[in-house]
Amino acid sequence: MTALLSFQNLAIGRGDHVLLRDLAGTVGAGEILHIRGANGVGKTSLLEVLCGLRDAEQGEVTRAFEPQACHWIGHRNALHPALTPYENLRFWCALQGAPADGIRGALRGFDLARVADQPCRQLSAGQKRRAALARLAVARRGVWFLDEPLSGLDDAGIQYWLALLQGHQQQGGAAVITSHQALPAQLPGLRALHLS
Amino acid sequence: MEAFLAVMARELRLAARRRAEWALPLVFYAVVATLFALGASPNAPWLKVAGPSILWVGALLAALLSLERLFRGDYDDGTLEQFFVSPQPVSLLVAGKLLAQWLVIGLPLTLLAPVLGIAFGMGAELTGVLVLSLGLGLPALVLLAGFASALVVGLPRTGVLLPVLVLPLVCPVVIFGAGAVRAAEGGAPAGAPLYFLGAILVLCVCGVPLAAAAALKNALD
Repeated sequence: MTALLSFQNLAIGRGDHVLLRDLAGTVGAGEILHIRGANGVGKTSLLEVLCGLRDAEQGEVTRAFEPQACHWIGHRNALHPALTPYENLRFWCALQGAPADGIRGALRGFDLARVADQPCRQLSAGQKRRAALARLAVARRGVWFLDEPLSGLDDAGIQYWLALLQGHQQQGGAAVITSHQALPAQLPGLRALHLS
Repeated sequence: MEAFLAVMARELRLAARRRAEWALPLVFYAVVATLFALGASPNAPWLKVAGPSILWVGALLAALLSLERLFRGDYDDGTLEQFFVSPQPVSLLVAGKLLAQWLVIGLPLTLLAPVLGIAFGMGAELTGVLVLSLGLGLPALVLLAGFASALVVGLPRTGVLLPVLVLPLVCPVVIFGAGAVRAAEGGAPAGAPLYFLGAILVLCVCGVPLAAAAALKNALD
């Protein structure tokens, strides 16, 4: 199996001090890397380095995919409060060069059809999270980088997201996820990376 | 190109939805300029002399008012991260944002200036030069302020830092901008300072989007 993403000898820093050293790993097609660890240990920084948003202090990240072939959904939702979920996603599509025709369907899937045309400031935290995650369904991308995707989601939201994730795996996609919640152990190809 | 237009369309849509954002600088400009005129004795000769620089500095401060938060919202809500994972060059997206800012902030100020010029006893010909100089100078100002706000976007409280960064940078713009109007007032050709303004603008258009994109990347790091 070819690795979509591999990293060796990685050191991650934030500001002046180094948070993590000697990290190594690979993520292949159909695999999910679950990054776990205490608050402040550097999960988000590691995710940003793997995605290419931030430079590593040391070491190498090899990405066997085009930069635009991945999803980045940070802990911030990238939704403008004065724009509706539909407008936010349409802007995102134009930014990412993705076709915009799947937006309504993706929002319906996350049960946001009712609020799709309300300004995002009127949405609850969970609804905003759903709208951010709806990007995963709008455009199909090989590798997902998700930072705390489940924060604020209710059970139904988590179930729907898990179904999306499994569909993504079956099509040979990979995902790197930071999350404090445990992911269901029966997920095939799930591996955990504990940071300390 | 589609992404450039999308960024512009988003900014214009936001401006249409939050009217205070572009209306306040206009009100500020009008109040500051008329306060100068009201504070002087009627028909004071120095008012006519100081008119160009007052109108220029007023426009400058009014534009700066709203530019501090240019990238702040995008930084806070994570849109900036999406800029950097998008396949488009970030400098292009920044350029779209700055062009939209000029349309929303700079262009209305440019069009308001001739009205305020009446308070300083400006004739038709002088007004023409004033509009022309603001038309060339304010886009440069918006670009420079955009660069400065990209530099300070990651800082918690910027307050007066942005004006302190921007004002030295825009000295040449004000010198040549107000200088063009003064030259016209003295009956000299205003061409040379206007050409200088044009040159500054071209320099800013070429350099600022790249520099601002680098500053934003640095803020994410």
